[in-house]
Amino acid sequence: MRFTRTTEQQDMAEALRALFDAGDGAAIARSWAAGDAAPWRRVWAQLGEMGLCGVAVPERFGGLGLGPVELVTCLEELGRAGLPGPCVESIAVVPALLADTAAAERWLPGIASGNAVGTATFTEHVPRALDADAADAVFQCDGERATVAERPDAVAQHSIDPARRLWTIESAGEPVPGAQVAEAFDLGALGCAAQLLGIGQRLLDMSTRYVQERHQFGRPVGRFQAVKHHLANVAVRLEFARPLVHGACLAEPRHRSRDISAAKIAASDAAYFAGRIALQVHGAIGYTAEHDLHLWSTKATALHAAWGTTTWHRRRVAAALAAGETAPVGA
Amino acid sequence: MDLTFSAEDLAFRDEVRTWLRANVPAEPLPSLETETGFAAHRQWEKTLHAAGFSVVSWPVEFGGRDVSLVQWLLFEEEYYAAGAPGRVGQNGIFLLAPTLFEHGTAEQRERFLPRMASGEDVWAQAWSEPEAGSDLAGIRSRARRVPGGWRLSGQKTWSSRAAFADWAFGLFRSDPDAERHRGLTYFLFPLDAAGVTVRPIGRIDGKPAFAEIFLNDVFVPDSDVLGEVGEGWRVAMSTTGSERGLSLRSPGRFLAAAQRLVESWNGAAQLQDRVVDAWIGASAYRLATFETVTKVLAGSPVGPESSMNKVFWSELDIALHEAAMDLLGPDAELTAGSPAAPDGGAWPDGYLFALAGPIYAGTNEIQRNVIAERVLGLPREPR
Ligand SMILES: Cc1cc2nc3c(=O)[nH]c(=O)nc-3n(C[C@H](O)[C@H](O)[C@H](O)COP(=O)(O)OP(=O)(O)OC[C@H]3O[C@@H](n4cnc5c(N)ncnc54)[C@H](O)[C@@H]3O)c2cc1C
Repeated sequence: MRFTRTTEQQDMAEALRALFDAGDGAAIARSWAAGDAAPWRRVWAQLGEMGLCGVAVPERFGGLGLGPVELVTCLEELGRAGLPGPCVESIAVVPALLADTAAAERWLPGIASGNAVGTATFTEHVPRALDADAADAVFQCDGERATVAERPDAVAQHSIDPARRLWTIESAGEPVPGAQVAEAFDLGALGCAAQLLGIGQRLLDMSTRYVQERHQFGRPVGRFQAVKHHLANVAVRLEFARPLVHGACLAEPRHRSRDISAAKIAASDAAYFAGRIALQVHGAIGYTAEHDLHLWSTKATALHAAWGTTTWHRRRVAAALAAGETAPVGA
Repeated sequence: MDLTFSAEDLAFRDEVRTWLRANVPAEPLPSLETETGFAAHRQWEKTLHAAGFSVVSWPVEFGGRDVSLVQWLLFEEEYYAAGAPGRVGQNGIFLLAPTLFEHGTAEQRERFLPRMASGEDVWAQAWSEPEAGSDLAGIRSRARRVPGGWRLSGQKTWSSRAAFADWAFGLFRSDPDAERHRGLTYFLFPLDAAGVTVRPIGRIDGKPAFAEIFLNDVFVPDSDVLGEVGEGWRVAMSTTGSERGLSLRSPGRFLAAAQRLVESWNGAAQLQDRVVDAWIGASAYRLATFETVTKVLAGSPVGPESSMNKVFWSELDIALHEAAMDLLGPDAELTAGSPAAPDGGAWPDGYLFALAGPIYAGTNEIQRNVIAERVLGLPREPR
């Protein structure tokens, strides 16, 4: 029993953090939102070289073939960096969807190397394909079926997060026999939870820094208890969401969906709360598009409802508990 | 990262489970906050001790089994899952003992630990005073140097179970001229010593074990000073870490309560989200504790993160009990002794106890200050 990251997992997180600290996540998000994908492509290519676009892709298709803990470690860092684009879709969802299909050969090597980008829709919970205009492979999932979809040419829907473009996919193309739709959806929810953890942590970090710099009444506002307690509450929520996300990675297969739902609920709620409090403690400056805060806080809001709303995930946990599946998360 | 237990861990868990199944009293014992309940619980401590299950994580020489922290957590999970009685010895075992192991002399460890493990000595924590609650360093009770020892005078209050306990541990001002956090000394004293008066205070639930302790020139020999003279604050702080963090609120307790909540709820649409969230919270607390244990085993101390634990578990406990009370509807007010009380009145009893969680062991406001200042690094309050 060893419930913290191994040295290798820790190194992976640190390498990613160093990469992003050297770049400017906010600038990338702004250019992506404005339709200029070039800066994002450069980072994506670097991630591809590091092998991280293929972290969950089997080695025979050029990936690292690592497990969910490593996957979650990467996505948490991408969330923290504020990286836009179909990260969860390309790194977590599409590899899971295609893992045991004949189509894997065709798509996964490109996705693993970072040369290709994938995205997907799931009837009911993921109705529109994120950033499909920038994707090389778009999949449409319905029930147990997945099909290769045409890239759309209609106009995108605009998300509350300016860096998310959402595309309605109309035409279902050739089917992908053997696609693991349920697994892919769950991995999307888990990946989204991980990304939310990183976003929440970044929102807390930004807030903690800001309240020490901003002075009112002759002292940093971070000395006032009302402000301190807000941020302490955020820290507590994040602190207890993280082990659920990691615990879900280690869940026994029979509890996997339930544990992923628990992780998604906790991470969503914590990150969303972090965003609300971040806005509050920044005052009006946080309510502007000029300040970077909104790039993270609006993403937390968008992802709160993505990959299954928390209401839906609570129902899924409730159904498992009612069926007697009460062993704790990770068991 | 992994959550697989070793074969020894699982064998130990089976042994514990089997023993508890055979030995946990079929009828719940009366509350340990009452005189008869206290006596019954002391007897249960003896039963546990005789079977080697009183203090499983302690060294064998003091009555323990020297099991790993992971096994200790598994023990606690089994203990609560089996519905075993609350531990009347908990203040001593979980709060004083870690301090004795860290700061006590060999003589003190030999004198106090085995009797604590067996339930012969039940300990009370005598820290709070009428004028020193959150501001614990403001204590006024004094210790005056005399040949061979000290004379203690003053008043302590809110001392859990002191009405029936045998010994108490507390802080006294041994140097009136020193600055607040200095000049304090940590003393151990018997509650039946000459000059000690214990006055029970009825708690919110009417139970009488809570108490005030009056000390009038009570003699304490040098051998009952714990740690260095004047270093009481530092010695005591190693105890609050255990109280808020790892030991006292073992995750097993919340898992068992969440399990009972799920059973009472029974899958109905009513209150579904709150039941789910309480169960998730209990799981989160368990996983976070495993994370802490992993770090401790790797040699890191439990730091100010214990304040995060304290806020989390105390709020979780209330949310859990409020959900249960809502599920009970009009029966929620029926306490033990009412023939119609569901579960023998366990939920309202637990609810009243949960309400104290954000107050004792350092209020949650104080914990939030600690989190903001020591975890997040925000500027300190003027003090
Ligand atoms: C069930 C129970 C069992 C207990 N058992 C024991 C025991 O065995 N031994 C023992 O010694 N003590 C015990 N206590 C006492 C407990 O430790 C104190 O109640 C606690 O430390 C708070 O002190 P107080 O009650 O004097 O509240 P106060 O310190 O008077 O606080 C009143 C309110 O003011 C707030 N406040 C105070 N200072 C600040 C600040 N700086 N910033 C923000 N808010 C602040 C508090 O959070 C609280 O909300 C017990 C208490 C309870 C309820």
